[in-house]
Amino acid sequence: MATVVIPALLRKFTDGKDRVTANGRNLGQLVDDLERQFPGLREQLIEDGEVKPSVAVSIDGDMGTAGVLEPVRESSEVFFLPAIGGG
Amino acid sequence: MAASTNGHDYKVIGTRPVRPDGVDKVTGRAKYGADYTFPGMLFGKVLRSPHAHALIKSINVEKAAALPGVKAVVTSADLPELADKMEAAGEQAINLAHLSATILARGKALYDGHAIAAVAATNPHIAEEALRLIEVDYEILPPVMSVEDAMKPGAPVLLPTLRNKEDGADKETNVATHMQFKRGDVSEGFKQADFVIEREFKTAMVHQGYIEPHNAVGIYNADGHATIYCSTQGPFVVRSLCSAVLGIPEGKIKVVPAEIGGGFGGKTTVYLEPLSVLLSKITGHPVKLVMTRGEVLRATGPTSGSTIRCKMGATKDGKLVAAECWLAYEAGAYPGSPVGAGAMTIVTPYNIPNILIDAYDVVVNRPKTAAYRAPGATNAAMASETVIDELAEKCGIDPLDFRLINASKEGTPQTVGPPFKRIGLVETLEAIKKSAHYKSKLTGPNRGRGVASGFWFNVGLQSSATVNIHTDGTISVVTGSVDIGGTRAAQAMIAAEVLGADVNDVRPIVADTDSIGHTDVTAGSRTAFATGWAVYDAAHDALRQLKERVAKTWEKKPEEVVFADGLFSPASGNGVKPMTLKQLAPRLARTGGPIIGRATVNARGVGPSFATTLIDVEVDPDTGKVEILRVTVAQDVGKAIHPAYVEGQMQGGTAQGIGWALNEEYVYDDKGILRNTGLLDYRMPTCLDLPELETIMIEVPTPGHPLGIRGVGEIPIVPPPAAIANAIYRATGVRMLELPMSPPRLMKAILKKRAASDSQAAAAD
Amino acid sequence: MSQSSPNGSFRVIGSRPIRPDGVDKVTGRALYGADYALPGMLHGCVLRSPYAHARIKSIDITKALKHPGVKAIVTAEDFPEVKGVMAQVGELTVNTHYLSLNIMAREKVLYDGHAVAAVAATSRHIAQEALELIEVEYEVLQPVMTAEEAMKPDAPILLEELRTKLMEHRTDPGSLEGPDRASNVPGHIRFERGDLAAGFRSADFIVEREFTTAAVHQGYIEPQNALALWSPDGHVTIYCSTQGSFNVRTLTSSVLCIPEGTIRVVPAEIGGGFGGKTTVYLEPVAALLSKKSGRPVKMVMTRGEVLRATGPTSGTKMKVKMGATRDGKITAAEVWLAYEAGAFPGSPFAPGAMCTLGPYVLENLRIDSFDVVVNRPKVAAYRAPGSPASAFACETVIDELAEKCGIDPLEFRIRNAAHEGTPQPAGPPFKKIGFVETIEAIRDSDHYRSKIEGPNRGRGVAAGFWFNGGLQSSATVNIHTDGTVSVVTGSVDIGGTRAVQAMIAAEVLGVEMDDVRALVTDTDATGHTDVTGGSRIALATGMAVYEAAHDALTQLKARAAKLWEKKPEEVSFNNRTFNAIGNGVPPLTLKQLASRLARTGGPVTGRAALNAGAIGAVGNAFATVCVDVEVDPDTAKVRILRCTIAQDVGRALHPSYVEGQMQGAMAQGIGWALNEEYFYDQKGVLRNSGLLDYRMPTCLDLPMIEALIVEVANPNHPLGVRGVGEVGIVPPMAAVANAIYRAIGVRMTELPMSPPHLLKAVLERRNLAVTEAAAAD
Repeated sequence: MATVVIPALLRKFTDGKDRVTANGRNLGQLVDDLERQFPGLREQLIEDGEVKPSVAVSIDGDMGTAGVLEPVRESSEVFFLPAIGGG
Repeated sequence: MAASTNGHDYKVIGTRPVRPDGVDKVTGRAKYGADYTFPGMLFGKVLRSPHAHALIKSINVEKAAALPGVKAVVTSADLPELADKMEAAGEQAINLAHLSATILARGKALYDGHAIAAVAATNPHIAEEALRLIEVDYEILPPVMSVEDAMKPGAPVLLPTLRNKEDGADKETNVATHMQFKRGDVSEGFKQADFVIEREFKTAMVHQGYIEPHNAVGIYNADGHATIYCSTQGPFVVRSLCSAVLGIPEGKIKVVPAEIGGGFGGKTTVYLEPLSVLLSKITGHPVKLVMTRGEVLRATGPTSGSTIRCKMGATKDGKLVAAECWLAYEAGAYPGSPVGAGAMTIVTPYNIPNILIDAYDVVVNRPKTAAYRAPGATNAAMASETVIDELAEKCGIDPLDFRLINASKEGTPQTVGPPFKRIGLVETLEAIKKSAHYKSKLTGPNRGRGVASGFWFNVGLQSSATVNIHTDGTISVVTGSVDIGGTRAAQAMIAAEVLGADVNDVRPIVADTDSIGHTDVTAGSRTAFATGWAVYDAAHDALRQLKERVAKTWEKKPEEVVFADGLFSPASGNGVKPMTLKQLAPRLARTGGPIIGRATVNARGVGPSFATTLIDVEVDPDTGKVEILRVTVAQDVGKAIHPAYVEGQMQGGTAQGIGWALNEEYVYDDKGILRNTGLLDYRMPTCLDLPELETIMIEVPTPGHPLGIRGVGEIPIVPPPAAIANAIYRATGVRMLELPMSPPRLMKAILKKRAASDSQAAAAD
Repeated sequence: MSQSSPNGSFRVIGSRPIRPDGVDKVTGRALYGADYALPGMLHGCVLRSPYAHARIKSIDITKALKHPGVKAIVTAEDFPEVKGVMAQVGELTVNTHYLSLNIMAREKVLYDGHAVAAVAATSRHIAQEALELIEVEYEVLQPVMTAEEAMKPDAPILLEELRTKLMEHRTDPGSLEGPDRASNVPGHIRFERGDLAAGFRSADFIVEREFTTAAVHQGYIEPQNALALWSPDGHVTIYCSTQGSFNVRTLTSSVLCIPEGTIRVVPAEIGGGFGGKTTVYLEPVAALLSKKSGRPVKMVMTRGEVLRATGPTSGTKMKVKMGATRDGKITAAEVWLAYEAGAFPGSPFAPGAMCTLGPYVLENLRIDSFDVVVNRPKVAAYRAPGSPASAFACETVIDELAEKCGIDPLEFRIRNAAHEGTPQPAGPPFKKIGFVETIEAIRDSDHYRSKIEGPNRGRGVAAGFWFNGGLQSSATVNIHTDGTVSVVTGSVDIGGTRAVQAMIAAEVLGVEMDDVRALVTDTDATGHTDVTGGSRIALATGMAVYEAAHDALTQLKARAAKLWEKKPEEVSFNNRTFNAIGNGVPPLTLKQLASRLARTGGPVTGRAALNAGAIGAVGNAFATVCVDVEVDPDTAKVRILRCTIAQDVGRALHPSYVEGQMQGAMAQGIGWALNEEYFYDQKGVLRNSGLLDYRMPTCLDLPMIEALIVEVANPNHPLGVRGVGEVGIVPPMAAVANAIYRAIGVRMTELPMSPPHLLKAVLERRNLAVTEAAAAD
């Protein structure tokens, strides 16, 4: 089970929990499992089957570049962040 | 620096060759956007709103269109209406309806200078005359100029489509987004604190101030293909944004990036490009538009002004225990301020167990902000680094030591959670501590020394590169990354290093969007990192093929060929004579033809960067003018490919940070009209305002990057405002909470303090 | 080769889409060499010799330098003395010593129009005025204008150091020196096989004839031009109209003795070349003027300069003796060829010898061919260099033999035609070729089947052979985020090759032609690519694009595999979609996959670079043509009534442009046959230095040219392509001559067969007839 850190404002979907666990070999499957546990969470993160452009994902400290295909390991720690741009 | 911190002995990397684009630039031969002309070219001008906030009731272009020499007049009616939702355009998330309305206002003018209509005529003067003949009927509305006003209940609403659903009720709002970042329990944290400091800061909106105004030449062909010549940080972004705004397929647009006269983030979007194509499509002629400085200041993206409340607590022994921050950033007329980045950087340099950060993206009647060097981080650091300075003072701990006690290091969780990999903050603090500057005494009245640190993520994104081996053994490196900070030099050096060539035998080329694979913007300090990575891989791809050719000529297996010190030699030393690339190149024709190396990356494992800046100031007690006496910036640069250009980035970023700290601000009158639309009144620092900026490069290689590169372009702009505020405090005893710390503001604060101490003295009598 | 095997069925290849460069050209937006301008640019003009042959005793430029507005003047003094090194330009070797002398005369001028000095000034007019102020003192020498004169033992010598080099049979690579005496004949090549005497003994008929052909110009519409910028850091940028940007780089580097890597050549849109733009004239001069003046310098030739000083192709003197048996079997052929090289060695005398008789099986032959210098401009390549002249000779003799044997000329050719395995005149056997198929195509054509009636009308046929070139090409294929594709090559587009490159990429990647942009980049932006010449672009650069597209396809399959969490080998690409073998994931088109590239590892770029010659991908070309003419008995003006060309193209990627090449070549051949020639006066000064007097055929002179595409796939090319650009120019001259014979009974052995030449022959024949009649009384 990977650990998912829920953004503060999305904790209303997770009864206030800031850390939850979920299954999945990649991010897409992980979010599917999250949706099963916490209905409504998916549409906050995923749009047209892909991670929302405004959302960034960090898995084990790496900013993912593979969207829903981003591999997730049993021990992974997953963060959802706002996407930021450089100057 | 032949030997580098990550152990390799480099021949080229770390040296300081002359940049390949240098001569063209100093001899005036480099072609900038405005230098492009084409037969039959028309000139375009943009009509801009004289009001900060107004309904556009009607636009009548008849008289203008009738003026001899005028070939076309366009308004938002000539642009397709686009969906009012966030979409990915290229690699960035953007609301296309808002983008389109920035190009040409639809229904409402939302800031002084907002584009209303555009004209193409046979010369610029006729085009200007035509603008005056366009009749626009406005219904003027009250402007909202600050986040405070904008967030007040009952404030005039800029965008009716903006809704706030946060607490159930769906109502109109000027707050586009609210983000929150939370760790631990701040109220508990503050209970453990011996000292708690809470301050409110205001920072002014500032402009990137690139020398070259925006420009574009658009050529729309009868076969539906468009070509755009323009000054941009990202030709592929221009392509995807123009495609979206105009409804032309991306593949039918070719963008040729001109030599660029500065961008700093301000040239990562489009303003004139879609207009040049639209006008060309209507007239059948090439159309050129070039902004005036006034247009640049009134209508192109500055970065956000902000209001930030920052509360931090520490124990006596200087351990930070809690931080609570509230940030509200001006997005300008449409959502999209960098407040998220502000929130994610504000306390990130430090290991703080309890954090609560609220961040608000607020629309106001000012130009839509664009990216600017480490967007959002500088405002935030002004707040947190000043509060930390005050806490250090309360604890009686040297501000550098205080930072060292709390400094983030490998494994420290970031504000938003993921733990840092190997980073160099501690090293920058120690470097400043060891520096001659810090060791030197600062004497004399009204003088003070301040220090501050900063953090920036840096980005990776996509890059493509090809490396061509020519018949004479020279090499050309082709990328799609516009060269702002000397990146062509860096690309050439990387290729030269890998292929054991003389850097003068490598020609780096920036190609147009048709000639090279997709490459994202030159921004986020990514070009040396990501495009450099692509060049590194492409050069190795070429090297692999070269080894095969050597093997062929020696009738050996490729794996029996080794390459070292620019020499191909047999693994097992039998009689064949080693050869150089130059010797091999002429034989390529006979061994299977030319060689092209190619690589593409979507770079992972971006290394974040840290900087610590030390500044001495002297304050004129009568005028409040601040003189910068000495500046030293220490920065973790990962690996300096071309040290001179890395230093240049560190100095440039610091200089901009100093301007932001002391002078730069937009002066709007009560009607929301910009009063300082020129660089005489919008005061940026000149060489007369600055001493030589001393730089200390620290090389903590980014794990995973083949050369250990970290982005270097953005971070140095972050610490200076706080460092100067802290220095001013040491010099005058005044804590400045507002940027810029210009003479009038600083003088006011100084007088206030004198008055206070006088009254205390009086009371004491 | 997943999709497009040479035998497979194609989707894009073989269709006729509009060329991507079309709109720019018809709207006048295409930038040709002369359209380029840079800030502060100067204009350069060249002072040219008024004499055909003279010694330069002195050049005084002081007056010219003082002329206001003049910024720089160069003469041979300013050029490095280039030793006689042979520069490798593709597979051609160029004597850079002579190249340098041709660009700027040193000590001697060798033809009317030879460059003597060049001026750069603030305007073209000032530059021209300055030319008049340059004082050159000449010692005029006796000119030598034809190969025949030049080969005489007592002929004036052009280049004192020249010695005759004899190169024997190609299969015997010895190169022995001729007698050590100054000569105007730098090269002699001989191919010999079988027993010539025995061959002629076994012949029932023997025909022996002498031929003369005039030097003719390529006649491209756009004159030579160059804009050069010598940057203070030693880097030189050259914008010019060329068929080979990398050639310009190599040759300029060797003439100026600066490293190739410091030169960047930007090829402009080109207004025709036909071989004439494979060398350099102005480029090094403009560069040197720029170095001296510190400013960009632009030079553009006038038409007069183009005709006086740029390479035409050789005039020739030829002798052919051929024998055949009654049943139409050629038993022996003896051929003697002399090609005018112009002022410096390097005529196409070798290919002339290697191509003539190429189409036929010959056991006994001897071919001697000579390279001869004369006081005319140095020749340059021109469409199938060398082959048209020698074909004119042999194909008329063959026509005469066929007549003697009473065999249809096509049938006669079929009986002797070369096939796969037939040894070429130079020795090596042919690979798979389609010669017979072209003859049969003509034989079975409406045209050949139709009757030709009326007085003074006749029909002639002839055949031709050309090797085609291979050489080096590079290509990259970029897959963009929206699924569009750009194809980048270094091959200047003359015959519609951008369209072809785009089609190949579209075919391989299963996208629409309209979604592919093909572009030509400069020498810094692409891998090494040899000239657009030798009919090689569709073949070699096309092959590079084909492989680059497959390189991209391989990467795309890997991306699809990643999306589906499968192994790359579990992904197939067919019917324009990526499919997972086995389970039911929905197939992806490239457009659908492209939007996912960022998420699967970043952009995709395919690349390939190859040497088509080295890998034996070249396919030889053959053509057979049929021409009907009517001769005006009073003026001897020849009118072309109908003509048809059948050519083995291997595979027609874009049939319209293949037909265009066939028709264009045929038109040039007809011009060569009927009108084109240089008029030099006895002093060796060119008298027709404009296109009014140098008469090329216009559309008014030609009927619609019927093109029959024959496709005998080249087995060594993934798409079966052969070159198509050149061979069409080889047969027309002989075909027209043979038609004229059928029309009026006169065998023409001299080109052009212009009214004066032909009328002379007609009258001679009449007088002969009259005297014979008289004698009979």
